[in-house]
Amino acid sequence: MCHQSVGLIARVVEAAGIPTLCMTSALDITRAVNPPRAVFLNFPLGHQTGKPNQPDLQRQILRDALRAFETIERPGTIVELPYVWDENDRTWEATDYTDGFLPERPAKVDADKAEADRRARFSESS
Amino acid sequence: MPVEYIPRTRELYRAYAPYRWVVNTDTPPWTPLRKPIAKSKLALIGSGGILYRDQPRFHREDATYRLIPKNATQADLDIWHFGYKTDDARRDHNCVFPLARLRELEAEGVIGEFADPAYSFMGGIYSARKVREELAPRIADELKSAHVDALLLVPA
Repeated sequence: MCHQSVGLIARVVEAAGIPTLCMTSALDITRAVNPPRAVFLNFPLGHQTGKPNQPDLQRQILRDALRAFETIERPGTIVELPYVWDENDRTWEATDYTDGFLPERPAKVDADKAEADRRARFSESS
Repeated sequence: MPVEYIPRTRELYRAYAPYRWVVNTDTPPWTPLRKPIAKSKLALIGSGGILYRDQPRFHREDATYRLIPKNATQADLDIWHFGYKTDDARRDHNCVFPLARLRELEAEGVIGEFADPAYSFMGGIYSARKVREELAPRIADELKSAHVDALLLVPA
């Protein structure tokens, strides 16, 4: 759903006169929504600019994305970036976004408490 | 092979009527970059539900956005999102909201200017009409008044 929302925003912003580039890890959704420019990274959802705590990899992915931003000339182009999540293990592709993928939603009372605690913590310190 | 998320979504939410994804078959809108990225003011928007300090959380079908200072640190940020596994982004927001990396690329001169603030919303919005007619135009207005030259969008 995030991929659709991002593509829709890109199209509106681009039409308003500002060039856009979408990152994507969901190629079929991005193809359907058809944003002006995109780069595809075949990583599990939640890692569209790289793996956690790997700044060199994240930086390289962004450099590649920004290069595509400058070089894409045809509206609707999606450039595939050459990164592999794990050379020795592609099992994530079979399980990503399947049953059991999404964490259970916390009970409303717990979520409300977490929200109140966070807001209190920061309003005291600011 | 790229994962096909449209059939997976149908399967995961099989208790509900199939979602009608947006399919645009036209040629998308197009605005050429006016200058190289190294001379451009580049803004970041992420759909991963990132929140800064005591900002109010998102809710379902929320078409609002938050302004995230570009110098925010990991400790300043939280996440509210129901549609992806947030564990890794909670450890390092740069997986889906690369503030630190874009600051570095600005310092290296790869980006002319990394626009402050960055923009965050919660992308799990089922109503495409709400995104197109409410959220997107407000973002476009913000970017124009900030004189942004280019926008990088990161889903989650």
